[in-house]
Amino acid sequence: MAKLGLDIHWRGVLLVSQFLKDAGMEVIYIGNKFPEQIVEAAIEEDADVVGVSTLSGNHLTLGPKVVELLKAQGMETVKVFMGGVIPPNHIPILKGKGIHEVFGPDTPMQTIIDGIKTAILGTDPPTG
Amino acid sequence: MKKTDRLIEAALAGDKLSIARMISLVERGDDQAGRILEKIYPQSGGAYYIGITGPPGAGKSTIVDRLIHLFCVNGYSVGVIAIDPSSPFTGGSLLGDRIRINRDAFKEDVFFRSMSAGRVMGGLSRTAKDASRILDACGKEIVIMETVGVGQSELDIAQATDTIMVVVVPESGDNIQTLKAGLMEIGDIFAVNKSDRAGAEDMASSIKAMLDLAPLKMDWHPSVFLTAATLNQGVDELYEGLWNHYRHLRKEDRLKLRRKNQLRSELVRKVDEIVFESLRDRMNRDENLDLLLEDIWSKKTDIYTAARNIADQWKAGASGKHGHTDEMS
Repeated sequence: MAKLGLDIHWRGVLLVSQFLKDAGMEVIYIGNKFPEQIVEAAIEEDADVVGVSTLSGNHLTLGPKVVELLKAQGMETVKVFMGGVIPPNHIPILKGKGIHEVFGPDTPMQTIIDGIKTAILGTDPPTG
Repeated sequence: MKKTDRLIEAALAGDKLSIARMISLVERGDDQAGRILEKIYPQSGGAYYIGITGPPGAGKSTIVDRLIHLFCVNGYSVGVIAIDPSSPFTGGSLLGDRIRINRDAFKEDVFFRSMSAGRVMGGLSRTAKDASRILDACGKEIVIMETVGVGQSELDIAQATDTIMVVVVPESGDNIQTLKAGLMEIGDIFAVNKSDRAGAEDMASSIKAMLDLAPLKMDWHPSVFLTAATLNQGVDELYEGLWNHYRHLRKEDRLKLRRKNQLRSELVRKVDEIVFESLRDRMNRDENLDLLLEDIWSKKTDIYTAARNIADQWKAGASGKHGHTDEMS
């Protein structure tokens, strides 16, 4: 889980991280990082899912960049979730660029948990 | 099988994705885990293993970040296993060791992996050592194992590394007394971090005084450093201190002796684990266990005799008939 770029709003992403942990997931919180660092972390930790949080408007530029880099590194099966303050009319654009799901500020926690669980269990995990 | 061999080959050649996947397989206790570990073992041993431990909040992660920089600047490739030993209630965990790590992505020869009890099938410390060996075999010259000093974790790390660094911070009031006794005994190097705080010098002096009274391990007098990692102070000296210990170990076969002793303990533990798993498996499948428990509860027998009987039965089974195999031979 990362905060995208320089955005300093930490409460949301940390709260979600806590809930995901309580739901039994191993959550690696990496703080403020740019797409390259996020993808490198995803590789090293063999992540199933990457979650990025942004409330500062950088979602259209940096969000798809994460998807792009994951693909370039051979990690196209990793699903990217985005949360934060994102204008609803941008959501289709983001999804079009490969973001798996976008969770706005009012999304119930269980929806987020279920969304991530389905994403992981929906596809066969890469073996060996 | 072939898929695993290709994975191992790619990992040994340094491919990050393959290394990461291999570590995951070992964490999960996958069928291929044994094969993987057997294949990489001969390639391991060349790295310098450094353990970093201490109480929570001491600044270990920041120190690790600075040390990684220094090793890289000096041309070394670095592998890090950051262990979170906290016992999970739900199987989940929230790991934050990476927050302090600031790197130019894909530019430095570093592999940083977090590891928590929830994701690991077997023992956490054992798996951390397995993962460290993988990083070693795949080309990392320096392997850092970082863990918070809770429970047994610091002792386990001391058993798995060449140098143990203990990171502490100046506390108010009773300095040394608040430190776990175990931490004092295992440290080869001590870093009093956040030394910009009051009490740092006193803390360092107290530690030095305690060390003066302790017997030397392998003729090494542990060194104490004052650091303020966030301000980048004292880290160069700490870095040099690590190499000092390494040079000390390289003389008179000390490193060889230390590692051989550790191997002996590790072998005993591994055999222990295999036997324990087999025994526990057998017990869990025993339909008569509930009846036996009733007898123990109603004092028809006692727990000590019951345990001995189970163990004796298992021993007899292990050296005597082997069930279906007999019929086949």
